[in-house]
Amino acid sequence: MTQNNRLQGGLIDRSKKLRFTFDGKSYEGYQGDTLASALMANDVRLVGRSFKYHRPRGVLASGSEEPNALVELRSGNRQEPNTRATTIELFDGLEATSQNRWPSLAFDALSINDRFSPFLTAGFYYKTFMWPKAFWEKLYEPMIRKAAGLGRLSQEADPDIYDKGYLHCDVLVIGAGPSGLIAALTAARSGARVILADEDSQMGGRLLADCNRFEGVSNADWVAQTLGELASMDNVRLLTRTTVFGAYDHGIHGALERVSDHLAVPEAGKPRQILWRIYSKQSVLCAGATERPIAFENNDRPGIMLAGAMRAYANRWAVTPGKRVAIFTNNDEGHRAAQDLIQAGVKVVAVIDPRGDAPRIAECELLAGAQVTDAQGRLGLKSITVQMADGQTRPIEVGGLGVSGGWNPNVQLTCHQRGRPQWFEPLAAFIPPAEMPTGMVAAGAAAGNLTSFGAIASGTNAALAALDGLGIKACPVDLPKGEDNAISIMPFWHVPGKGRAWLDFQNDVTVKDVKLAEQEGFRSVEHLKRYTTLGMATDQGKTANVGALAVMAEVTGKSIPETGTTIFRPPYTPVAMGAWAGRSVGKEFKPTRLTPSHQWAEEQGAVFVEVGPWLRAQWFPKAGETHWRESVDREVLAVRSGVGVCDVTTLGKIDVQGADAAVFLNKIYCNGFAKLPVGKTRYGLMLREDGIAMDDGTAARLAEDNFVVTTTTANAVGVYRHMEFVHQCLFPDMDVQMISTTDAWAQYAIAGPKSRELLQKIVDDNIDISNEGFPFMACGEVTIANGIPARLFRISFSGELAYELAVPTRYGDALIRHLMEVGKPMGITPYGTEALGVLRIEKGHATGNELNGTTSAHNLGMGRMVSTKKDSIGSTLSAREALSDPDGLSLVGIQPVNNTEIVLAGGHVFDENAQHLPENDLGYVTSAAYSPNLSSSIGLALVKRGAQRLGETVHIVSPVDDSNIKATLVSAHFVDPEGERLRA
Amino acid sequence: MRYSALAIMRQVLNGHRGWTPAWRDPEPQSNYDFIVIGGGGHGLATAYYLASEHKAARVAVLEKGWIGGGNVGRNTTIIRANYMLDGNQPFYELSLKLWENLEQDLNYNAMVSQRGILNLCHTDAQRDAYRRRGNAMMFTGSGAELLDTEGVRAMYPYLNFDDARFPIKGGLLHRRGGTARHDGVAWGYARAADQRGVDIIQNCEVKGFRIENGKVLGVETTRGYIGAKKVGVAVAGSSGRVMAQAGMRLPIESHVLQAFVSEGLKPVLDGVITYGAGHFYVSQSDKGGLVFGGDIDGYNTYAQRGNLPVVEDVAEGGMSLMPMIGRARLLRMWGGVMDMSMDGSPFIDRTGIDGLFFNGGWCYGGFKATPASGFCFAHLMATERPHEVATAFRLDRFKTGRMIDEKGMGAQPNLH
Amino acid sequence: MIINHPLLGPRDTSEFTYLGDASLINRPDWQSDTAAPEFHDYLYLRDNPAGTHRELWFHEQGDRSWLVVTRNTLTHEILATELARDVARKTGRGK
Repeated sequence: MTQNNRLQGGLIDRSKKLRFTFDGKSYEGYQGDTLASALMANDVRLVGRSFKYHRPRGVLASGSEEPNALVELRSGNRQEPNTRATTIELFDGLEATSQNRWPSLAFDALSINDRFSPFLTAGFYYKTFMWPKAFWEKLYEPMIRKAAGLGRLSQEADPDIYDKGYLHCDVLVIGAGPSGLIAALTAARSGARVILADEDSQMGGRLLADCNRFEGVSNADWVAQTLGELASMDNVRLLTRTTVFGAYDHGIHGALERVSDHLAVPEAGKPRQILWRIYSKQSVLCAGATERPIAFENNDRPGIMLAGAMRAYANRWAVTPGKRVAIFTNNDEGHRAAQDLIQAGVKVVAVIDPRGDAPRIAECELLAGAQVTDAQGRLGLKSITVQMADGQTRPIEVGGLGVSGGWNPNVQLTCHQRGRPQWFEPLAAFIPPAEMPTGMVAAGAAAGNLTSFGAIASGTNAALAALDGLGIKACPVDLPKGEDNAISIMPFWHVPGKGRAWLDFQNDVTVKDVKLAEQEGFRSVEHLKRYTTLGMATDQGKTANVGALAVMAEVTGKSIPETGTTIFRPPYTPVAMGAWAGRSVGKEFKPTRLTPSHQWAEEQGAVFVEVGPWLRAQWFPKAGETHWRESVDREVLAVRSGVGVCDVTTLGKIDVQGADAAVFLNKIYCNGFAKLPVGKTRYGLMLREDGIAMDDGTAARLAEDNFVVTTTTANAVGVYRHMEFVHQCLFPDMDVQMISTTDAWAQYAIAGPKSRELLQKIVDDNIDISNEGFPFMACGEVTIANGIPARLFRISFSGELAYELAVPTRYGDALIRHLMEVGKPMGITPYGTEALGVLRIEKGHATGNELNGTTSAHNLGMGRMVSTKKDSIGSTLSAREALSDPDGLSLVGIQPVNNTEIVLAGGHVFDENAQHLPENDLGYVTSAAYSPNLSSSIGLALVKRGAQRLGETVHIVSPVDDSNIKATLVSAHFVDPEGERLRA
Repeated sequence: MRYSALAIMRQVLNGHRGWTPAWRDPEPQSNYDFIVIGGGGHGLATAYYLASEHKAARVAVLEKGWIGGGNVGRNTTIIRANYMLDGNQPFYELSLKLWENLEQDLNYNAMVSQRGILNLCHTDAQRDAYRRRGNAMMFTGSGAELLDTEGVRAMYPYLNFDDARFPIKGGLLHRRGGTARHDGVAWGYARAADQRGVDIIQNCEVKGFRIENGKVLGVETTRGYIGAKKVGVAVAGSSGRVMAQAGMRLPIESHVLQAFVSEGLKPVLDGVITYGAGHFYVSQSDKGGLVFGGDIDGYNTYAQRGNLPVVEDVAEGGMSLMPMIGRARLLRMWGGVMDMSMDGSPFIDRTGIDGLFFNGGWCYGGFKATPASGFCFAHLMATERPHEVATAFRLDRFKTGRMIDEKGMGAQPNLH
Repeated sequence: MIINHPLLGPRDTSEFTYLGDASLINRPDWQSDTAAPEFHDYLYLRDNPAGTHRELWFHEQGDRSWLVVTRNTLTHEILATELARDVARKTGRGK
């Protein structure tokens, strides 16, 4: 295939030929091409289909505003839908496929929609598909969904990696066109730390697309010279292929750097893209302007494009959509585009300008006072119809038409913090709002300075303003001379006519649709947008919105600013989900915390379970055990009959010190702590201020002014935060300090009748841990294994004689191995979280399932613990009627009448003959387990008036499991209700 | 004009000249029987049901901007009745029933689509909680199915089953849940209310209440004073500001919730999925965009915009659950101001002022409630008695301790 | 957002955990005759202003200070930051 539409010159490297395919067909292009320019060089004008009518479409623009030329790039698990051909840098072996068409791009079955377009007007779907009722979900919607969307996902995991990073600077310059380059240079020469970012692969902006803008120096030389100086400075960071997509609070910007998208695959170890969070003190927005089309009948034919884009394709990429082209413009810039094209060797047949007094700038025929009324060539432009100033129509044969309806400053980022852009009549366009994001200034075309000199002058001035804001003394720069004539434009939005004239190309919104919306009362801009889907396509209406607004203004008889503008939101251009997520995916989604015994447990073949951020051993299967229950039952029985050991390091530990430590804990816990003697531990219940149970645990008094508070695993962070709140915000003068020591201590529960026997072999000889010397709830600092400092607590979660032994974390691994070694003769059994759960359910200890954020102390059977003799957090509001209602929920045990039946946690409690309706619901099962000691499934439940109903029979109903069993309400303490074992 | 395929056909022949405005643009009258402040989904639904169910003739909706411009126009379009607590679930079941007949009631296609909602669970405790919830749903006839891992895999094989930090252990499937076209809901109610004589008055901001002897007489607006026998307030994120004009402090904070949509993609996701191990839920619209959201930003705000950390958090959840979306692009994000209440549940109640009623505190869940909220608020305003499924939504419930706290997070609105 | 920590200088808000209105410092007296309604109003009712808001942030990933941040809820502009401890003392809180 030859590149028939390739011109001379351009910024491409003809020595590097690149092969690529589009819809399976092979083509060639050059290094420096985009997919769009390379297709154009090969005379491929048809590149896509529109969303609704499946109209054949070609390239409209030359940058990220492109609405039409969307392709699926690459294949397999790197397939990337909706990728703009205009921003894809060509690489060797590139594969692209057209989308939203079947069976082929040239012949698309759903283009039938175009024939039915009179039926498919704006919002038609709100008015139909309602009869018969069932058909919406069975027929109509499935049909609509089948046609939905543009490109396809591969449905495979993305193989590439994405990074995230932070950057900091004094001045962030967004966009590296003339104004951005000069702004960066001004700031950099003055010593500010500067980041200059541009979405393009090359810096220079319109200087790459237009002919010479300055006197005495070529565009290329000026760009090279400026960039060279910037690149040589240590205080400057240049980011190409980087889109600053959002302006967030306090000078934080989001930016996406496409590190590897111009390569076939990323280099080994390199990310595909990086999401930068740029923290800037000042920012200068130099994002340029986007040209807008003029709507006329069939203005969406492949080959019709923006005049500035045609100019860019000729100058930068040396391609043209056709040998003969015309220009349709309402402003002088369109004429300059024509002149550039002529110089590049393109035959410009005519410049058509609706202005009667249009200036003659290009050396070709000028049709002043004329307008394009129609275009022919379904799959590629063949000719246009021009209505001359005298009313006569004239067909003109062309392969390309460049259209310019003026330029819209790219104000998006200036409005990300809800600023509203202002209408600027000389340009017939919106410019940045008066209320800019803090620290942001706009310059160049983005601020409405469309002349060459105006752009650079405003660029340097914006930098001076930013420097002033930073208190940095500015070094002025010399500005090159450039044209600075006032902009001449006549607002001209659409050519009157009966046919369909497109405003939003991708979503197929036409002038008629806007008029219909107005007719039906959808006149506010937001209504217009939502009713017609204007501006909601992947290009966010960059080329469409202002035109549609103008049409609405025209039909309502209001001015454009009165009609309004929609709000701009990030991102400026769409950002891949992978980039937003960075490395926090898969197994790295959240950090994983391992317990001190983890490695040892792995060696034992333990099964692990996720508990918040932690991984904990769930059970320890032994050879021959085929079902998890076998392992768990064995572990439970071992604890009840011998001795077991369990890593409980994950429980939160908070070290509380200070003269007022006891007074402080008296505030934190609803029960009393002031009189707890040194060397003793007490169970404590913490309430939230609303009187609902927050957490429970123990506090051990190691010294007069030192407590160790334990929390549940889940609430470790929240309880610590709460305690700091109570101290710093409520009782700032209490002499108390606290720190979380969860990570500092490895802690093991050693439980079972033989636990003391084991511990006596572990603690050093001089320490008395006999029942008398170290009774139930005792605590103290001890030494083990010849002098290793440790803390010992005689507390029991299982209900057995039990201890918790804590050592500095670095000894945690050694301690578990030591315990297992020493305990071998006693048959020591490691147990996991499952057995731990069974043991505590058998004992009736509440955990998170019961302390679920809705239960009061009263509900949990601990109402009497709430001291009324002192102030504690939650004590006042825990007295509210619903929290202390004797008819309310109370914690009970559940045992099936038939012990082969299974209690399901989450089952609801009903009386025998009650209908299973919400009003008869008595409560629910919070926890359930199989108790090998009772040879029965058992549970804990919160049941209305439960405490008064012990012994009664109820039903545990779980319709989602088709389960309904008879069960007895019993005491929650299934094992050793008198507590003899733990005191033994 | 009645909407139908036939009507469209007639208009095609007529060059679409016969379409009339979907609702009138009336001047406010000097007084009404009922004024509903807030032209969002709830306000418009209230007006519609006042007219349709209670035959109220003189009803006005006052909207400070354009109707449907608040949270009904910026949400993730999910409808469901998958609550757990008695105070909530029967209400949401009523809402779901109203959704199911909405198009026929309103003669407007709001595209109610019950393609199912799947809540994923990742721990045993979460599954137990889903069982409790699923059962509560069964008791109201809302329907629920508890799935195991294989059941989830059969529905959505492309989820991350093999390389997950928090493996999928199952899920709670609510087949009657789904989505509706959010703008269509607002417009459908507006059009149907208008046809029943309701005056929908846009660009009419309420600046104060006229209250005498503990009774509301009317409202001061940017378009003058308008008298009313009864005034209902349904202004979501602006609840605090509006009710302050009546001298009331509320158990509500305003927070921003961001939501997101991807570029249009060929359909891959039929129903709604919520991730149980991160802040992420997703559905795919009839246009092809993946619509997704996560947690609120977490600080008080009236700015309809959020910040980067939440976007990243949501994307991390999304990518961890659905690694195939890495190359899909996030197209648009927006923020809505949520009236976050102290227990995460709403209010439909009288106030201390005679004739003044309050509807608010919907947190981020107001959209699905729209029909029942309007229905019950209209019932309350018309009869002075709460509707039987909305008796728990009282403003004084914190005095008695009868909170309706689904998440169990207590009096901290940003945690609900 | 960036919070200018009184001790540590500018820090990203992602280091902080938000609680809510700084009026939560003004915890009522439990022995007041009207303690129950006072606690109700204290815990549940909010001014929820659209504008200047004094609010509590905890420097969880930092020095664990509770801060009172004065921030505009319409613009997110931060006007002042103080240590909550100092604010509490100024309002008469002690032990």
